[in-house]
Amino acid sequence: MPESITLTVNGHSVSVPEGSTVATAVSLSGATTFRRSVTNEPRAPLCGMGICFECRVTINGHAHARSCQIVCRAGMEVRTDA
Amino acid sequence: MPSHDHNYDVLVIGGGPAGLAAAVSAKQAGARVAIADDNPGLGGQIWRGEERKPSSPEASEWLRRVRAAQPEFISGARVYDQPEAGCLRAETFDGVLELRYQKLILATGARERFLPFPGWTLPGVAGAGGLQALVKSGLPIEDKKVVIAGTGPLLLAVAAYLRKRGANVLIIAEQAPTSRLLAFGLSLWRSPAKIFQALQLKRELLGISHLTNCWPVAAHGDERLQGVTLRRGQKTWDVACDYLACGFHLVPSVELATFFGCDLRDGVVQVNEWQQTTVAGIYCAGESTGIGGLELSLVEGQIAGFAATAQLEKARALFAERRQQQQFAAQLNHTFALREELKHLPQPDTIICRCEDVSFAQMQEYTAWRAAKLQTRCGMGPCQGRICGAAVEVLLGWQVESVRPPVYPVNVGNLIHRANQGNH
Repeated sequence: MPESITLTVNGHSVSVPEGSTVATAVSLSGATTFRRSVTNEPRAPLCGMGICFECRVTINGHAHARSCQIVCRAGMEVRTDA
Repeated sequence: MPSHDHNYDVLVIGGGPAGLAAAVSAKQAGARVAIADDNPGLGGQIWRGEERKPSSPEASEWLRRVRAAQPEFISGARVYDQPEAGCLRAETFDGVLELRYQKLILATGARERFLPFPGWTLPGVAGAGGLQALVKSGLPIEDKKVVIAGTGPLLLAVAAYLRKRGANVLIIAEQAPTSRLLAFGLSLWRSPAKIFQALQLKRELLGISHLTNCWPVAAHGDERLQGVTLRRGQKTWDVACDYLACGFHLVPSVELATFFGCDLRDGVVQVNEWQQTTVAGIYCAGESTGIGGLELSLVEGQIAGFAATAQLEKARALFAERRQQQQFAAQLNHTFALREELKHLPQPDTIICRCEDVSFAQMQEYTAWRAAKLQTRCGMGPCQGRICGAAVEVLLGWQVESVRPPVYPVNVGNLIHRANQGNH
């Protein structure tokens, strides 16, 4: 089994297998909305490969990070814009 | 700043099959080779996750060759600018890299084409390859009800994969007509390997309803997807599901090639027999030269890698195989051509540009992409038109163009930092 990594999503602690993307951690946290659109619609990953930007979240204070392309690191603080 | 010198004889952009084949082939000449890729691991989209969880023998074999050849791998690096000839800038999670090269091989692959319909922006609606990528990256899919829709051979591969991971795949809705699929199936007799793959896939998909002439007309849900309405002929019906995985074949990713000034025709990068673009020293291989599938990508990648390092006889030896694979590609694209009805799926209030929430009615007020962009901001959000551009090409017949640096959105701090460095 791969090592487990612990990070927080919206302040809640989440553990994921090493190598998981931040998008996985957000889903495992129970959140279904990753961001709100400019007209306040709920949005979540579409392309899964870093192109559509629907998966963007704030990681360690850096806004607009593409959660589907970034691998989790221990202690990351992730916030959705939901 | 850069901890070591990023200076290469051959720089490959893209670590999918074409890029891997190019790097391995270039390495045979003893060249200094690097692969830069936006993704965290090698394999591109089709072989995503194969390093960690091998499932394809072909992928394992190529990854073994890569490990033996040892090109440098620069992961999570997104190329966004070329400050001067022979030098690229790429952004990573940790900052900016400058990559210098003698020869450049673009293996930037393809992405899915998404077509808008009411409800397609709901969480739970993802690409077909998109959902597969998310599951490969750890999204739990066990016991989830999934409808797969759109067009292309990718739908079947995604269905087989998701089922293997425990998903309850209810329906595969393929928009192509039955007659075309049958003709395509018959044409496979020339390629025994592909027949074998097809039969194996068929076994893996036993029991899943596979409907041709069938497509989604709406997705339903409040904050999240709850179901989808499918149409087949005159019949429409609702299916409750947790995920709708929906993609309408593939679109070549040509932004970098366009940015470097390489000629394009019909949306694909033009190359000569050596896979060289119209810009000296820049080669292109794989889906960005036209959607042709895995085997064509591998052979084009090898030719590009050999040609870029003056191993011309080795490159020439692969020309016949490339020709054969190109014939298959032509059949593929004919079979999965998009039907007219799909152009009428969006309603006036359906969002087309998801970044800026521009509706179909707003876009229909204009006759061309540029005017619509200036007036509505469509295509001016972070995806820079990569999603809605491919949609309006089909919906409105618009030509979508214009690439400027930064080719991808970049952290402003990184831009400023680099600009200041350039002044010293």
